[in-house]
Amino acid sequence: MEKLVSKIPEGPLAEKWTRYKANVKLVSPANKKKLEIIVVGTGVAGSGAASALGELGYNVKVFCYNDTPRRAHAIASQGGVNAAKNYQNDGDSVYRLFLDMIKGGDYRSREGNVYRAAEVSNQVIDHFTALGVPFARDYGGTLTTRSFGGVQVSRTFYAKGQTGQQCLLGAYSSLNRQIKKGTVTMYPRREMLDLVVIEGRARGIIVRNLITGKLERYGAHAVVLATGGYGTIFYLSTLAVHSNGSAAWKAHRRGALFANPSFIQIHPTSIPQLNEFQSKLTLMSESLRNDGRIWVPKAKSDKRPPNEIPEEERDYYLERRYPAFGNLVPRDIASRAAKERCDAGYGVGQTGLAVYLDFRDAIKKQGEKAIESKYGNLFDMYSTITGTDPYKEPMRIYPAGHYTMGGLWVDYELMTTIPGLYAIGESNFSDHGANRLGAASLMQIAADGYFILPNTIGNYLSDQIRVPKISTDGPEFGEAEKTVMEKLEKLVSIKGKQTATSFHKRLGKIMWDHCGMIRNKTGLTKALVMIDELEKEFWSDLSVPGTVDELNNELEKANRVSDFFELARLLVSDALAREESCGAHFREEYQTPDGEALRNDEKFAYVAAWEYAGEGKPHILHKEELTFENVEMKVRSYK
Amino acid sequence: MKFTLKIWRQKNAEAKGAFVTYEIDDISPEMSFLEMLDALNKGLVEENKDPVAFDHDCREGICGSCGMYINGHPHGPVPAVTTCLLSMRHFRDGETITVEPWRAKPFPVIKDLMVDRSALDKIQTAGGFISVNTGSAPEANSILVKKHDADEAFNSGICIGCGACVAACKNASAMLFVSAKISQFALLPQGRIEAKERVRSMVEKMDDLGFGNCSNTGACEAECPKQIKLTNIARLKREFYKAL
Repeated sequence: MEKLVSKIPEGPLAEKWTRYKANVKLVSPANKKKLEIIVVGTGVAGSGAASALGELGYNVKVFCYNDTPRRAHAIASQGGVNAAKNYQNDGDSVYRLFLDMIKGGDYRSREGNVYRAAEVSNQVIDHFTALGVPFARDYGGTLTTRSFGGVQVSRTFYAKGQTGQQCLLGAYSSLNRQIKKGTVTMYPRREMLDLVVIEGRARGIIVRNLITGKLERYGAHAVVLATGGYGTIFYLSTLAVHSNGSAAWKAHRRGALFANPSFIQIHPTSIPQLNEFQSKLTLMSESLRNDGRIWVPKAKSDKRPPNEIPEEERDYYLERRYPAFGNLVPRDIASRAAKERCDAGYGVGQTGLAVYLDFRDAIKKQGEKAIESKYGNLFDMYSTITGTDPYKEPMRIYPAGHYTMGGLWVDYELMTTIPGLYAIGESNFSDHGANRLGAASLMQIAADGYFILPNTIGNYLSDQIRVPKISTDGPEFGEAEKTVMEKLEKLVSIKGKQTATSFHKRLGKIMWDHCGMIRNKTGLTKALVMIDELEKEFWSDLSVPGTVDELNNELEKANRVSDFFELARLLVSDALAREESCGAHFREEYQTPDGEALRNDEKFAYVAAWEYAGEGKPHILHKEELTFENVEMKVRSYK
Repeated sequence: MKFTLKIWRQKNAEAKGAFVTYEIDDISPEMSFLEMLDALNKGLVEENKDPVAFDHDCREGICGSCGMYINGHPHGPVPAVTTCLLSMRHFRDGETITVEPWRAKPFPVIKDLMVDRSALDKIQTAGGFISVNTGSAPEANSILVKKHDADEAFNSGICIGCGACVAACKNASAMLFVSAKISQFALLPQGRIEAKERVRSMVEKMDDLGFGNCSNTGACEAECPKQIKLTNIARLKREFYKAL
């Protein structure tokens, strides 16, 4: 592998994207029609990209595993979309948004990429508004914003606690427009199970039709992965239960480097686990921290109902430890602080693994109606799930696995290390460094899909105009299909006693205990052994009823879990190799005397990009050094 | 808790289905309905038997994947809740629970409790969008929208496309679903420009696909997990007549 080239354009930060666009190679409208592009995934990034590429005149094929593109998990994003509009006149700017993201990411992201995301953010809001996304408005008819964690301006555009739903349905509508026009063909209920590489270039995919069970081949001049994150590696997470890492992992095995796999955000405010059969943890939006105050009792194991604990016996630990940001500290910090209190014996609820998020003061001050208008659906969701009323009693919350900052390594053009293979949205590692700021996800995925990829992909495709339609009869397609089929056959032939889900749960527990919010060398080393043992057991005692060539939900799950074993090992190895604490990656050995993350910029200011070296062989580490020309690397302080 | 489950099992679209009875024990009241089915399936898979197939994904009531008839109600007996968020505490210990797939001609059964709802996508493809190309949008605040209208558009826009309204309707009408999208765009200045063409295309497609008509029974509104209002259908009709 040659040295990693990030392809950040020359010139001042604020001019890089403009200069890039001015010099990029273009494809003529007549040639666009002849070029085929595959997009895998229909979240905001995938649907956005497919729409924008279709509008440009490319021939687009889109795939998703759900019954319809509208179900992608961007739908569950709650809080909002950041943009540097400065409608509030509170000192915001593209540069300020860039700074907040660089700092929030703990100086482990690329200046050029982050600045571009901030720059494009305003277009994202314009576009969604034009698509009819009903963002919250003021009485004069203008758009309104709210504050989010880790920043001191109000720049988050929102639609109650359902911003992701509204943005995704906006993207779905633009996708539908292209489907009607015939520029985009939609293939639902298909799961990508391998990438096809011909002469070093991404040329197609193998998918399984989830209804018939048959494998299908699709070819294209370029392949775009918009397949989301791998947070379900913890089993319990805020993700949809079918979210998985398999498509990205297959691309990785075919040669795409995987960057910073251990950077996983643990979201501080999710509803805690209530029973052992629980299949997911439901998020309570970070926006709630605008008005809710987080506390635990000052006394250990205080079993009194929360409303009977007087003010002076409550420990508002975030306000105490971080007076400047209080309840609005970034997610990584809020999560660790909750774990610290619970581990020390101050946690609440039956399990002691929860803290209070209390709206008493906000309701007293603003009235129940004002709180209802901001968070109504979240409060309803909470009371539906838990059976308690958050207007009357504080919510109980606990951190949960959420968003993966890590993902496939991409350059400035969002291309992976396989020519012609792109990764957009959460599936790449690009803009969030070691920790993502709230409401920066919808912003980045929409920017990638609608505005960045459609401008960069032409640079590659302009050289492909003489390449005829990709035939799916070649040996590479045959080999990929055979590899997939052999694995599926193996999974159904074990005929053991345990379900795929039971293995997934156990793997999740290993990862959560040893590679979750707090990590150390002993635990990580132990985790590697435990993963190997569990994987061995999986391949000898898994039960998958039925056959390969029929609808088989258990087979789908088993296949995803089998990939998670491999990804888990890489994740732990990455966490072991990074001997520092930064953002969401907290190594116990590297902390300040008062328990804050201790970065090591001299040795670790790089992107860890891992190369797959073959079955059973250790991954090879490539380092992309991060250089900061515009910002000074500081100790991140929210005190 | 302990339950007797009568579940519709159907191998595939062509096969004839039937109810199969299962006994299940050790269900805790905090579990969701789908987690209860997970527990049932765990037992089946461990015995290498075919588990009950059902669609589901986000498990937080927003993706719209899940949905089944539970004791005669789409998404079960509790109002304003999707199946994935329906808690077992709402059932009596020892109760017999009947579980069936959506029953509607435009939603053929795929397997067990899974149905094909692609007809809903086809209606959206017919006109459920505002024609704006990426990059051509005006500055967001140049489009002013009354707060009331924006809030109403949001209230219509929160439909999750689960199909419960169709399943609840004796005519298998998709009017509540269609009217939610029509309303969202009809209430916004961005959407007004194509309002006539949109309502004509979507209604025509809805009729073509075999969905029935609305006879004002209101079952859709009563069963909608997102509480989409019947007034949307009134708006759909107004919009449709204006477009004639």
